[in-house]
Amino acid sequence: MSAVSSNLIERRIVFLLLFVAVALPLVFPIGWKTEVSSYAKQAWELIESAPDSSVVIFSFDYDPASMTELQPMAEAMIEHAFSRNHKIMAMALWPQGMQLAEQAFLKVKESYPDKKYGEDYVNMGYKVAGIVAIQSMGKNMRDVFPADQSGTKYADIPMLSKVKTLKDVAYINSLSSGTPGIKEWVMAARDVYNTPVTGGTTAVSAPGLIPYVNSQKQLHGLLGGLKAASEYEALIGRVGSATVKMDAQSIAHLLILLLILTGNIKAFRARKRSAE
Amino acid sequence: MKRNLPLFFAFFCGLLVIVSEFIPHRPFSLMIDTLQEWFMIISGFAIILGQISLFQSNINKIKQKDSGWMFYLAGLISFILMLIVGMFWGTQETGGLFGHGTALQARLGMKPFDYLFEFAYMPLSSTMFSLLAFFIASAAYRAFIIRSFESNLLMLTAVIVILGRTSFGSMLTGWLPQGLRFWHLPNLSDFIMEYPNSAAQRAIMISAALGIIGSSLRIILGIERSYLGSDK
Repeated sequence: MSAVSSNLIERRIVFLLLFVAVALPLVFPIGWKTEVSSYAKQAWELIESAPDSSVVIFSFDYDPASMTELQPMAEAMIEHAFSRNHKIMAMALWPQGMQLAEQAFLKVKESYPDKKYGEDYVNMGYKVAGIVAIQSMGKNMRDVFPADQSGTKYADIPMLSKVKTLKDVAYINSLSSGTPGIKEWVMAARDVYNTPVTGGTTAVSAPGLIPYVNSQKQLHGLLGGLKAASEYEALIGRVGSATVKMDAQSIAHLLILLLILTGNIKAFRARKRSAE
Repeated sequence: MKRNLPLFFAFFCGLLVIVSEFIPHRPFSLMIDTLQEWFMIISGFAIILGQISLFQSNINKIKQKDSGWMFYLAGLISFILMLIVGMFWGTQETGGLFGHGTALQARLGMKPFDYLFEFAYMPLSSTMFSLLAFFIASAAYRAFIIRSFESNLLMLTAVIVILGRTSFGSMLTGWLPQGLRFWHLPNLSDFIMEYPNSAAQRAIMISAALGIIGSSLRIILGIERSYLGSDK
């Protein structure tokens, strides 16, 4: 068998194994417990400590590609904010974010049917221009969002009657999978107006944002990937989709470790053969 | 004039933004507010420009029957379809040219745009991202090979972080006594993220920031002119 076809077969075996490793735990959940990290705890504490009836911003800065990791975070954090009676102003720096925000609210409203649009939450829709839009929100929110997604004027939205600038919100929660996202919120909102910022991102983007979780509290904690989403679900006592999917992710990670081991054994044997 | 005017605007606006950071008072604050408004308006138009460009480049590729022209055709049809249903019946709470399409909503359970978004775009987009997992698994099998001290270090770090990010990792070292909690895999993984990773990330950030300052100065001073469509 040629080296090329051997590689092709190996690759197919790897793909098949991964498919089985992900699919089986989804069909037959294991129920492994997740340990809560300090990053997830800090994000939880920010929401937990914000006063009752605070107006807060949830920015949906991602698209469906990363929704597997970020949508469970959004749902868990909305649920937490609702339980603390926070008034959520949802917006998006990514075009598809507003649709995902709508879906997250629909899902959480199953547990909180008494929450009313306009009084407890509002979807301001997508805003173009990234960091410049945030800078403008720091000066005048009404100029940036003349109306919400359904066309209701800013002045006619009851929960926003006292919100003039970013200084009037208790905290900002950016769920982001790239630019514009958390980094822009930290630079234009936290560092300029001192409004606390927390957020969630994909596991692959988290290492780049960890430096902002520092003693200056540029970021109040960070949820990185599905594991952090399941940690947050554990913190609010919710068994959501992240908790269910975490088993599959754990098994997939273990499989990858086994593959690394197999690859090394194979390479070692190849080296030994060539030395002989 | 055709080239000098944009260069002058770039110089003037760039300088204004820098000055306003140090003197955040009138007239600079007002001028910056206006510039920010302009930026948001221009960004909105840039989206339209992007769509026109996408449309044109796809049409050209289909006309010339480039390799894989059928995919461009599929992309174009999808683009037009979403544009039409969005314009005709709107999305979510927003109405379109023909109102909210109540009859269609009753049939589909939601507006046609939202239906296509939820049942076509979302699964396709998630699938594209999920495919990465297969390539990562395959790459890990082939790339994480012990060859040198550096590769050993990389593999050891990867193993700790991978295990630390699983529920299984927590169980594996969950029995460790309080005095040895540092060696608990999730703690070890957090340590790697918080110290070696942060140090490297900060170095990258500072280097990138210096690079951005350099590039910005080149644009403001008119040394870098490629944004005008030519580097001459």
